[in-house]
Amino acid sequence: MLQQIENNEVIDQSTSNTSIQTNIEKELLKNMIWLRMCEETLVKLYPEQEMRTPCHFATGQEAIATGVCQALSQGDVVYSHHRCHNHYLAAGGSFFKLAAELYGRLEGCSNGKGGSVHLTARDKGFIISSAILGEDIAVAAGSAFAFKIDKLPYVAVPFFGDASCEEGSFYETLNFASLNKIPALFICENNLYSTESHIDIRAASGATIHGRAKALGIETAAIDGNNVFEVYNTVKSVLPKIRSGNGPFFLECATYRWREHVGPNFDYNVPNRTYRSKEEQEYWINERCPIKSAKQLLLNNGTVTAVEIENWEASMQIEIDDAIKRAKQGTWPDVSSLLENVY
Amino acid sequence: MRNLKFAEAVSEGIIQGMEADPNVILMGNSISYNSGALGTTCEANKRFSHRVFETPSMENAITGIAIGAAAMGKRPILYHARADFLFLAMDQMLNLAAKWKYMYSGNAGTVPIVVRAVVGKGWGQGATHSQSLHSLFAHFPGINVVLPNSPEDAKGLLLSALTLDSPTVIFEHRTVYNNVGPVNEERYFTPIGKAKIVRAGKDITIVATSHMVTEATIAAEALAKEGVDTEVIDLRTIRPLDEETILESIKKTGHLLVVDTSWELCGVSSEIAGLAAEKAFYHLKSPVRRMSTANCPQPVSLPLESAFFPKASNIVRNVLNMLGKNSSDNIDIDLKDNFKGPY
Ligand SMILES: Cc1ncc(C[n+]2csc(CCOP(=O)(O)OP(=O)(O)O)c2C)c(N)n1
Repeated sequence: MLQQIENNEVIDQSTSNTSIQTNIEKELLKNMIWLRMCEETLVKLYPEQEMRTPCHFATGQEAIATGVCQALSQGDVVYSHHRCHNHYLAAGGSFFKLAAELYGRLEGCSNGKGGSVHLTARDKGFIISSAILGEDIAVAAGSAFAFKIDKLPYVAVPFFGDASCEEGSFYETLNFASLNKIPALFICENNLYSTESHIDIRAASGATIHGRAKALGIETAAIDGNNVFEVYNTVKSVLPKIRSGNGPFFLECATYRWREHVGPNFDYNVPNRTYRSKEEQEYWINERCPIKSAKQLLLNNGTVTAVEIENWEASMQIEIDDAIKRAKQGTWPDVSSLLENVY
Repeated sequence: MRNLKFAEAVSEGIIQGMEADPNVILMGNSISYNSGALGTTCEANKRFSHRVFETPSMENAITGIAIGAAAMGKRPILYHARADFLFLAMDQMLNLAAKWKYMYSGNAGTVPIVVRAVVGKGWGQGATHSQSLHSLFAHFPGINVVLPNSPEDAKGLLLSALTLDSPTVIFEHRTVYNNVGPVNEERYFTPIGKAKIVRAGKDITIVATSHMVTEATIAAEALAKEGVDTEVIDLRTIRPLDEETILESIKKTGHLLVVDTSWELCGVSSEIAGLAAEKAFYHLKSPVRRMSTANCPQPVSLPLESAFFPKASNIVRNVLNMLGKNSSDNIDIDLKDNFKGPY
């Protein structure tokens, strides 16, 4: 993970000293800024039409990826769905390899064969992302099942959206996970929309997503997914129980996708797109930005200074620009590699 | 007769089907959006909104729900934005719908569902958003498998499907959405199970599916300049298969090339080759040749992606080679992929 805590020690909130706490708070903010700057760089470059792979940008949802991945430890594994750039980066995946993948180059994390929705950074614990709804939920549970069989203290984490919770594999997996008390942490990012369908036309009112998990006997929590500290602390507090064999945990995180379902635009700039209002989008962007609020909090309580943040951003920009430059100059795969890796 | 775009022809077919039969209903993802399933359901949604049902992401159960509704007399048309999602619907489609009439010996009525599925191509659609499953489905008795290429057939085949007792799956290649052609204003029925000779010729037979009909037609024009008179057959339906049209053509030309949008092994191109070997062997003057997608999942990276598909220039080369003629190296006839992102 980017600034991963390298040991398996769990920080007990009550006894942790303030400097550790201060450090992690800074890291959380810094990591979110990294995710945001990477993703928004891709957003800006996407209209050049050189990244020929449908991208589901996750701007606005950084707190969940960051909060969860920063709480994980070496050995834990992460899976993701189509909206996966944040999860890949938060787990420590290389931005250069992501950019090269989107440009279809050999240097990409999947050598240009996979595209935006098929990322991997196995050495960082990010096993894969996949584009068919509901797949990663079951597959992550399978990895957790393997940890249980081998009596390993690791946790498997699938990230998925609210629409994946409509698929059969969601229910089948949760039942199995609950029954077998497997060490899985299910992270649902409920951003209210599945492409252009609001959750209200996909679920009966009052029927919550975490409620479905609860009904299958799984411990759950529903939190503000745009509050990185809440995400981090919640995950940190449940991980020891999951590791010690208490069974899976289901976390529903309320959040919002800023940009269109697939592609770089804001919906309100797209003609004939009326499924959500500009006011609603502006509310989330201006009032509920996970980075803005975390930044404000840490500036106000003196944890971080404006100059420090500027310095981070400046060095991140250099790293990002360099990665993009190298990715664009990357090697095109040779046609002779077309049939490689089928078996 | 006016010209219609492919999407307009499908839309008109749906409307006329709904007008003629109040039991026709639409179900699926994105059919109620302004973009209306690539424009095919906008009009239906305006005219018959109470018979258009936007659904959550639930390919497996929605197929069962469609089957159950059909058992009560409804004629559901299900829409899938990508054919790849049909893997989740296969149990209901093949274990139940396709066998319903036979297993219950006609005593339980019929379940005439119509499933439409779009096949992605280009712009890095990638391994899981680009598969045409027609050969797979065609393996199973009891289901009709339809692949329209022209707007005229898109409408006529859909209207026919809405009159049948048996379930039908229609694969609509995204590339065929570029096609424009004359479409009769009346409600008419294009027979399911009948291939169409789109270009008569005497020197060689090309049997093509879906978008490959367009590629084969472009190739045929180029071949005409080389003095080769090519017959192009649009298969249109692969189950039931129109053996007669294919065999008649082979008897006339003595050469057979099959071009398909899916893989060779156990694919429809093999089926046609088998048919020729079994029933037209003594009419063949050269070995049958198959062209299909490369023997690997679809890669994203541009040079690999373009090497993956059969295209007009390669068809020309193959035909000249089969007829023992020389071909020039530069055959500049391939369609430009002018598709722009994001998807
Ligand atoms: C099985 C399956 N059905 C449909 C789709 C098409 N699809 C891709 S993303 C998406 C919406 C996903 O919404 P959600 O799970 O809430 O995640 P978000 O996109 O909001 O991050 C749909 C319907 C798919 N990829 N897989």
